[in-house]
Amino acid sequence: MATHTLAVLVENSPGVLARVASLFSRRGYNIDSLAVGPTENPKVSRMTIVLNLEGHALDQVSAQLFKLVNVIGISEMKDTDSLKREILLVKVANKAATKEIAKKHNVSIVDETASTISIEAVGSSTAIEALLTELKPHGIRELVQSGLVAIERGANTLADRTLSTMGTANESESISSTADYQN
Amino acid sequence: MSKVTGAQSLVNALEAAGVDVMFGIPGGAILPAYDPIFDSKIRHILVRHEQGAGHAATGYAQATGRVGVCIATSGPGATNLVTPLADAQMDSVPIVAITGQVPAPAIGTDAFQEADIRGVTMPVTKHNYLITDPADIPRAIAEAFHIASTGRPGAVLVDIAKDALQKESTFNYPKNISLVGYNPVLVPKQESINDAAALIAQSKKPVLYVGGGVIKANAAKELMQFAEITGAPVVTTLMARGAFPDSHKQHLGMPGMHGTVAAVTALQKADLLITLGARFDDRVTGKLSTFAPNAKIIHADIDPAEIGKNRHADVALIGDLKNILQALSPATKSALAKSQPDLTPWLDETYGWRSKFPLGYDQPSDGSVSPQYVIERIGKISGPETIFTAGVGQHQMWASQFIGYEKPRTWLNSGGLGTMGYAVPAAMGAKVGAPDTTVWAIDGDGCFQMTNQELVTCALNNIPIKVAVINNESLGMVRQWQTLFYNQRYSNTDLHSKRIPDFKLLAEAMGCVGLRCERPEDVDKTIEAAMAINDRPVVVDFNVHRDAMVWPMVAAGTSNDDITVARSMAPVWDSQEL
Repeated sequence: MATHTLAVLVENSPGVLARVASLFSRRGYNIDSLAVGPTENPKVSRMTIVLNLEGHALDQVSAQLFKLVNVIGISEMKDTDSLKREILLVKVANKAATKEIAKKHNVSIVDETASTISIEAVGSSTAIEALLTELKPHGIRELVQSGLVAIERGANTLADRTLSTMGTANESESISSTADYQN
Repeated sequence: MSKVTGAQSLVNALEAAGVDVMFGIPGGAILPAYDPIFDSKIRHILVRHEQGAGHAATGYAQATGRVGVCIATSGPGATNLVTPLADAQMDSVPIVAITGQVPAPAIGTDAFQEADIRGVTMPVTKHNYLITDPADIPRAIAEAFHIASTGRPGAVLVDIAKDALQKESTFNYPKNISLVGYNPVLVPKQESINDAAALIAQSKKPVLYVGGGVIKANAAKELMQFAEITGAPVVTTLMARGAFPDSHKQHLGMPGMHGTVAAVTALQKADLLITLGARFDDRVTGKLSTFAPNAKIIHADIDPAEIGKNRHADVALIGDLKNILQALSPATKSALAKSQPDLTPWLDETYGWRSKFPLGYDQPSDGSVSPQYVIERIGKISGPETIFTAGVGQHQMWASQFIGYEKPRTWLNSGGLGTMGYAVPAAMGAKVGAPDTTVWAIDGDGCFQMTNQELVTCALNNIPIKVAVINNESLGMVRQWQTLFYNQRYSNTDLHSKRIPDFKLLAEAMGCVGLRCERPEDVDKTIEAAMAINDRPVVVDFNVHRDAMVWPMVAAGTSNDDITVARSMAPVWDSQEL
């Protein structure tokens, strides 16, 4: 069982999320998490997909994904050369112990009632997991987590590698692409 | 620039895309488009069912290499296109479907005849569009034709809201299409070509495993040149029949579940498969883990996602098959000039299998007509210039086995999706695309009853196709499996179609000539009678023996090594062949 994180640049067009979801569903690829949002280019959205690949090769998944006309570029975000973050919002009992844990993990208390506190944490999957492990014995009232987002370390950008020219709203109409996995 | 309606824009765009014919049926949401269609130079053929329109577009595209076009209204009109879209997409056939959609403000309200056809067809199209602004129509049509016809061809749907057809905008057809996320690789890497040539020069047991991609790329000539340079045996898959002449001495026939012993066995024993536009489909490989166990793989395809999907490729050649073969031929020639392995033992072996285990069939002992004989005679009498279409089942396999194909685009069938009912509408589309060519639909009595309504369309529009109904009054292939795997319990496969319907009367009711043949001695003269009719469609009801089976056979999910040439009968190999 291998987990991989893919950063996928897609055209910001209606139905693109459905196309990606439909592809993963019909080909039997398991998604652990998926986060999608805007990028520096209003025409382009970015998906971060965490995949649990069992019996499927990563380059096959990428090749199938790249066949979608709206997919512009794909890159694997490896642990060694990328930053990965998740957001956690968790509601726990308002007591000294839980506040102490929040302090220890250097995360914010963003809401407080007589009986509860809401903690916001941003961090790697490991950091989030460590926080939750400590909070668990005190009872977790409610928990919500975002999908993972990832960005490459260093000066390189995914757009540099996948788009030869980045169009912006004011710039050229056309943007051309290649996927760096190809061939 | 003067303003035109979205409907006019649509028709202008279709004309600009070079469309000369489309198959369709009007209805509420697409109605605005039908007004300018009335004045257009594009020939619109009014079909009787949208599925017929879709398969006709596919048949047209397969016969001509051009993009086939079908058009339908929203809701049921559009959902009736789903089968042909899935069919064309599976077989990489370029078609564009235009559908009307309810007006934009009504989308999502469960309006009358509303169906989310973009959502429905997402998994079965190469790409699709929902257009709600008339200004977007020309670009969407231009992109649809570009996407359908380039790279690995496929099906594209353009769904247009009714109000977008009614509103006005300027017509502006894009000269160049540039899609940020769509840039098919056409030219293979020279380095990979050299690697492939090096493997070929080392191989003592090579086989050319030829798929439909060679036909899509119009690369039959290049294939011939390459095949003769290598001197290797050639097999052509169900989708590639005609890509390489059946009469050529290097041809071993079709591989796969109902392939020839020689083709199946050559793949199993090969040390190198030179895979050209084929995709290691389960009907070819049998049990994948036992397929061609000793072979290295050269895999040439325009679709990078096919590389390694089912079988690891030692050398991948990504690009258009014509380009690949044009590069591979000289590279192979010079590699072979340095070291040319002696293929003689391998050729002796494979050609030996071919002569020892030829395709054949038994004449029924009760004096009834053998279905294979009928199909073989149609092939012989009509000749290799004919375009043949088939439905799906036993008759399809026999039509692939017992007709000799010499040219690409003369054998049209539903290989991937396996769509019963494909033959008649596909023949209609093929005949429209190639009006001077004889077009025979080889159909089964089950298939024929699914889509024969299009004979009305053929009769009214001067599309004189010929249909051979191979009538074994059964869903024959299912019945064959029931014979072999379900203790001859014939659950729901008896169609009684020698009694009802009367195909001769049915044909005549639809404005065709109806003929019937019930005796072996009448087969030739019935075919000749059908050949003589060219002013109307003709349907021949060939009453054939119902227990005929398709052989050889590799049972589903088993190894190609376990091929049987008749029931429970493995080929009898010489001891040294094992």
